[in-house]
Amino acid sequence: MATFEFLLQGLLAAAQPLNLLYALIGVTLGTAVGVLPGIGPALTVALLLPVTYRLDPTGSLIMFAGIYYGGMYGGSTTSILLNTPGESSSIVTALEGNKMARAGRGGPALATAAIGSFVAGLIATLLLAFIAPYIVKLALVFGPREYFALMVLAFVTVSSAFGDSTLRGLTSLFIGLAFSVVGIDQLTGQNRLSFGIPDLLDGIEVTTMAVAMFAIGETLFIAAQGDKGPDKVEAVRGSIWMSAQDWARSWKAWLRGTLIGFPIGAMPAGGAEIGTFLSYATEKRLTRYPEEFGNGAIEGVAGPEAANNASAAGTLVPLLTLGLPTTATAAIMLAGFQQYGLQPGPLLFATNPQLVWGLIASLLIANLMLLVLNLPLVGLWVKLLTIPKPWLYAGILLFATLGTIGANPSVFELGMLLTFGLLGYVMRVFGYPIAPVVVGLILGPLAEQQLRRSLAISQGDVTTLVQSPIAAVLLVLAALALIVPLILRARGRGEVLSQMAASED
Amino acid sequence: MSRDNNKTSTEQRRPDRAALAIAAALAAIAAVIFLDVSRLREMAGYSQVGPATVPNWIAFALIGLAIWTVVEAFRGDFPEREKQQFGPVVWIVAGLAAQMLLLTTAGFSIATGILFALTAAGFGKRKLWMTIPVGIVLCLVIWLIFAGLLQLSLPAGPLEHLFL
Repeated sequence: MATFEFLLQGLLAAAQPLNLLYALIGVTLGTAVGVLPGIGPALTVALLLPVTYRLDPTGSLIMFAGIYYGGMYGGSTTSILLNTPGESSSIVTALEGNKMARAGRGGPALATAAIGSFVAGLIATLLLAFIAPYIVKLALVFGPREYFALMVLAFVTVSSAFGDSTLRGLTSLFIGLAFSVVGIDQLTGQNRLSFGIPDLLDGIEVTTMAVAMFAIGETLFIAAQGDKGPDKVEAVRGSIWMSAQDWARSWKAWLRGTLIGFPIGAMPAGGAEIGTFLSYATEKRLTRYPEEFGNGAIEGVAGPEAANNASAAGTLVPLLTLGLPTTATAAIMLAGFQQYGLQPGPLLFATNPQLVWGLIASLLIANLMLLVLNLPLVGLWVKLLTIPKPWLYAGILLFATLGTIGANPSVFELGMLLTFGLLGYVMRVFGYPIAPVVVGLILGPLAEQQLRRSLAISQGDVTTLVQSPIAAVLLVLAALALIVPLILRARGRGEVLSQMAASED
Repeated sequence: MSRDNNKTSTEQRRPDRAALAIAAALAAIAAVIFLDVSRLREMAGYSQVGPATVPNWIAFALIGLAIWTVVEAFRGDFPEREKQQFGPVVWIVAGLAAQMLLLTTAGFSIATGILFALTAAGFGKRKLWMTIPVGIVLCLVIWLIFAGLLQLSLPAGPLEHLFL
């Protein structure tokens, strides 16, 4: 019952006029930026973080919740209306959604995506609210070594379990970890790898890294592909409303998608878009219209889109209760918390319940706003999609650097932005995933602290890490997540894994 | 990265030179870490665990990954790269560098306006006499919104001082 009261209090806090305004600005900006081609949720959140700098923590997190859900929604609009072959292969929504749009059923595709996102967001956010207190209780018995084992598991699943190469995933992760030790050591105050440069003493900013890797790296990569002609944007023709048959075919897919997506997002292993993939496969197997799959089946949009949103809400479970980001988007949100000196985790529920529950409640509100806003504004989003590439990417770089300058107006910071941008470009060219760098950078110092605490307790005995049953089980899972995909790839079964990889840029 | 690799096919059994360069870079990062934390080694304290421990582990892992990369380079396991055009990359990098160098003296609008124009140039809009002024005006408007309304501290130059 306590959960219900907390949630009610959170709703009251989030329903104050000013906070409602913040949520509204958040969802609008989030959708507008998320809808731009080439910008996924991770970059949306990173680009818009500076907008929230001057707000108080509550207002800023409420706006953030709106940006997060808005960015997710905007991304699905892009994949339905924009035909970008190759780029969107891992975005399952695009498979059927774009086909529907080409067949003149773009309206119902957008509608089932929007309503499915709403249904999934609503159920998943409520599940988040009811599950979180139990995980917090569980987390309170976790010691340093259990946390360390959990983080190792997250490292492995984010970097190497999915995608097309264990080597490149792990390399990305360790590049992130290497950058994460730059700056003053939190336990002894020694400075490491800062080479006497004062700007490096505070370490490397996660937002700088994320913006550089996702915005600048992506821009350079797209530019270097040369002019391949404009992408084809499908106009939304005919009615945007769903017919009775559309409803009948969608609602079960929404619910199934939610049930598949949420647990996958909520596990510390929820780094990839497995949920959307599984949901698509499920719908394809259960449908009564198998001939429509591949040619624009509405279930193929409804299910994965619901799964996508449910797993986005699911990733907030480990983020809020354990302080564990399992996607690049969650990593940037964690950076957003840290700018106010807040460390998500079990303690935050105890010390600052208004803030946590206000955030959860504003997710519900943002979700409702998106439903009301988006279908009527579809025309506007379509216009955003038709911005020509030169202006689009010039604008993206403008805002990317604006955010960095706003956070820290120094030439050195811009130099890092350029350097990491080039790094991101080279990594893209050679097929290295980007998300593990960002997750490694933010989770590295936390994992190091836990590791050194547990080793200090055991006086340097490394076997202590496997002597607790929970930690041992988690480490075994991590080892399995590393080894099983290696064997699958060696046997030539790797395509499934690369299709499941998250593409978050 | 080396360009000639795009043309060679993996059948030729020639080691992938770009992949070897990546391996060398990983080893170099590891070397820098070893070198930098070696001065911290005495700090370990009674539990043998100190500020140098984790960086050393990371450096060892990087060495391992470098070796693995070399193996894949020789086996030709690296994926084929698409041909990259370097002209646009140079335009955009020049834009970012120009913004970085001009920011403190010329202010946000001029520096970022030039970035805007050079990025557009990278994507084919080369009429700089038109795009630079457009970019500067756009950035000035953005400066007024963000520095004025949202109180973000964006550096002011001669143009911005007209509005202060």
